[in-house]
Amino acid sequence: MSNRFWLAPALAAALLTACSGPSADQAARLPILGERDVRPNPNGGPADTIFATAPAFAAVDQAGQPVTNQTFAGRAYITDFFFATCPGICPKMNGALLSVFKPYATDPRVAFVSFTIDPAHDSLPVLDDYAQRLGVTDAKRWHFVTTGHSATARDTVYGLAKGFFTAAQPDKEAPGGFAHNGTFALVDDQGHVRGLYDSLDANEVARLQKELPVLLAEIAERHPKATAAK
Amino acid sequence: MMGRCLGLGALGVVACLSLPGCFSNNRHQGARLYAEACAGCHGDAGQGLGRLIPPLAGADYLALHRDELPCLLRRGMHGPMTVNGVLYNQVMPAARVDDKQLSPARLTNLLNYVENNWGNHAAPRTIQEVERQLTACPTVGE
Ligand code: HEC
Repeated sequence: MSNRFWLAPALAAALLTACSGPSADQAARLPILGERDVRPNPNGGPADTIFATAPAFAAVDQAGQPVTNQTFAGRAYITDFFFATCPGICPKMNGALLSVFKPYATDPRVAFVSFTIDPAHDSLPVLDDYAQRLGVTDAKRWHFVTTGHSATARDTVYGLAKGFFTAAQPDKEAPGGFAHNGTFALVDDQGHVRGLYDSLDANEVARLQKELPVLLAEIAERHPKATAAK
Repeated sequence: MMGRCLGLGALGVVACLSLPGCFSNNRHQGARLYAEACAGCHGDAGQGLGRLIPPLAGADYLALHRDELPCLLRRGMHGPMTVNGVLYNQVMPAARVDDKQLSPARLTNLLNYVENNWGNHAAPRTIQEVERQLTACPTVGE
């Protein structure tokens, strides 16, 4: 059942690629997700399509370093939303992300970002302890970030979650006091969200593992020099 | 999967009871409860997760604290604990399935599954034993 459910986006992605790809024999491309805006061209040429980008964020990671969209300019990154004391889906979600992370642990082409949705509790030392316990020693590879201590930090991160196509909100009924679903977002070098994956479904995690190299190949095409320098 | 024996009706039950392979509906219940209530944290093979979630496979804690495990599952657990020499300090919630706490019979099947899987071996528990251990659950820390 869950298979069928997820076949739909995969199929849609395939069709989209087939229709909008520049040439039929080019390697498969991941779709660009989100609303798009079509602006008529004042000069009468073909209309411009403006693709949605991931929301702007300014956060601080477990090493105390600022993390913004610019941190990942020219690179791919993968996001999720969690909290350190989460008794619900987080262990499974971050366990799944760990399996995606491991083969790329020292690969600068892709970084990982986990936003806490409980910034009041998850201070930098708590985030650092969590990362270490998960087995992530280099904060530059996998950032565990907080939107800070201000009264609005929580609203900020809920808004970000929405922008990355996942849901997070306080809920007294939910385990640990927050309701959220464990969606991973795969973002490209230009800030477009290119894939969404249900972390609780092994097939979806496998799809992410398959699609990440596809995106990395596309990025390498755009930045031939950076790849050559590597 | 687990419905295979149950779904056969009265005749099937007789057939099941006489087949050693089918005898362990208990085991199936334990496996099912584990998948529903525990695997998300402890992993499909009881492997745990880094130093966040302790393993159940090969965990010395199981034998060292055998009598306390029914209470641990019933009540949950928090604070520092050492498993196989590694210090853990997170929250394990009380075991619930379908928003209900587990009966002594279900706890028995679940523990028998955990304690005899992934290389673990322990004497089978009886429901009476688990019931007795539950009545002795400490009330402190609640
Ligand atoms: C939300 C995550 C979570 C769930 C769900 C969970 N546990 Fe745990 N479990 C933990 C954590 C964390 C600890 C360590 C607690 C501490 O640090 O005090 C633990 C400790 C244990 C221990 C003692 C240490 C060891 O590894 O031997 C046992 C036994 C155990 N859990 C069994 C279970 C069983 C059986 C279930 C299913 C009913 C279950 N757990 C569900 C997180 C979880």
